[in-house]
Amino acid sequence: MARAAVLGRLTWQLGEVAEIVRETPRVSSLVLQVPDWPGHLAGQHVDIRLTAEDGYQAERSYSIASAPEDSRVILTVERLEDGEVSPYLVGEVRAGDQVELRGPIGGYFVWEAGDARPLLLVAGGSGIVPLMAMIRHHAAAGATAPVRLLYSSRSIEDVIYMDELATLSATGMGLKVSHTLTRFQPPGWEGYARRIDGEMMAEVAWPRKDSPAVFICGPTSFVEAAAGLLVESGYDASWIKTERFGATGG
Amino acid sequence: MGFVSRGFKGKRRDVASSSRVPPGQHVVDDFPVLSAGPTPRVSIADWTFSIVGEIDDPKRWTWDEFRKLPSETFTVDIHCVTKWTKLDTRWAGVSLDTILDEVETAGEYAVAYSDGGYTTNLPLDDLTGGKAWIAFEYDGRPLDPEHGGPARLLVPHLYLWKSAKWVRGISLQTEDEPGFWESNGYHLRGDPWREQRYWGD
Repeated sequence: MARAAVLGRLTWQLGEVAEIVRETPRVSSLVLQVPDWPGHLAGQHVDIRLTAEDGYQAERSYSIASAPEDSRVILTVERLEDGEVSPYLVGEVRAGDQVELRGPIGGYFVWEAGDARPLLLVAGGSGIVPLMAMIRHHAAAGATAPVRLLYSSRSIEDVIYMDELATLSATGMGLKVSHTLTRFQPPGWEGYARRIDGEMMAEVAWPRKDSPAVFICGPTSFVEAAAGLLVESGYDASWIKTERFGATGG
Repeated sequence: MGFVSRGFKGKRRDVASSSRVPPGQHVVDDFPVLSAGPTPRVSIADWTFSIVGEIDDPKRWTWDEFRKLPSETFTVDIHCVTKWTKLDTRWAGVSLDTILDEVETAGEYAVAYSDGGYTTNLPLDDLTGGKAWIAFEYDGRPLDPEHGGPARLLVPHLYLWKSAKWVRGISLQTEDEPGFWESNGYHLRGDPWREQRYWGD
């Protein structure tokens, strides 16, 4: 189990926003330069702390999207309209601002390039973020494990990292991406056009005999459905790691 | 004054409840779900609850036996390390005082263990004195599997990862032995009022 990266005391530190990348109408990536960043593993997250002028503070957790090989810390944040922190991070923050954070956090929902098992990643919405860190890590490390990603979004406009995923899957590095668009599909769409189900999972997932490593991230109902389908199909529960979020990220 | 986040104002909660919200937490109205793997499904017929470890005569209850133990309803605030706090949650369960009543042990620590392999460690003192329950109802209804049903440990004065879902027993120990999240970067005790989230906090 990957413990090294979380051994020390996690102190608050300041990162500078080097760049903001608009990913979708509601999602932006904050590219942070963090001077004393200790490094991280793919799948870990950070805590962000915002402080108002009168000292009022709000904290939230966000997944890291960048590969461990990347010296920058990239956080991809979905703006929740009734949230407290995400509308600040996606909307108010601009390049040159400083953001207080601590991390990396979490030693379980992580994938390391030395793991040779076939990899199955299942993402619902912004649940793609920690899985993208794994995909970027896979590419940067030149890992040999074959990777399949099943990525469910509402519409084509909501797909995060669309171009990068297309580029990475075209390089012959062993990444296969399957999209499903659950609400709106553009004309001529050839991907899936429904919520994940057993038939889709059977087409996309590795056969049970391959004993794959599985990471699932998304809203609770999505994760429950995906993990349930895989267990029903004969996957061992111990192969499957999950991370869920409700409508409470803020 | 230290660092200020330029342009951040924040949403202030009402003053009445703010004294019940630990540092770094915010109040939610829904009930988020967090767990590390698939939700285990266990039938009541196969369910048992055990006390094992540092005990001369290990104890075990079937579901029917467990449900015949005196139970109580209680309303508590719960705090998840992922920063949400939910106020006034209503539960029914059996107090750990009832379960541990006749247990003689040299152990001062406990490891709760669950279906699916989850474990979490606690000092025995955190399980006794009216502070902990094996809960089987939430909001007047049987506990949903995704929230830990048929029964979960509930220790509301500690972060919620200590309240093991799908709990099947408690092992009494002479030494504090880190459980699942405690081995993965999270604090050994997890007191939300001292913001004991991670190692070193």
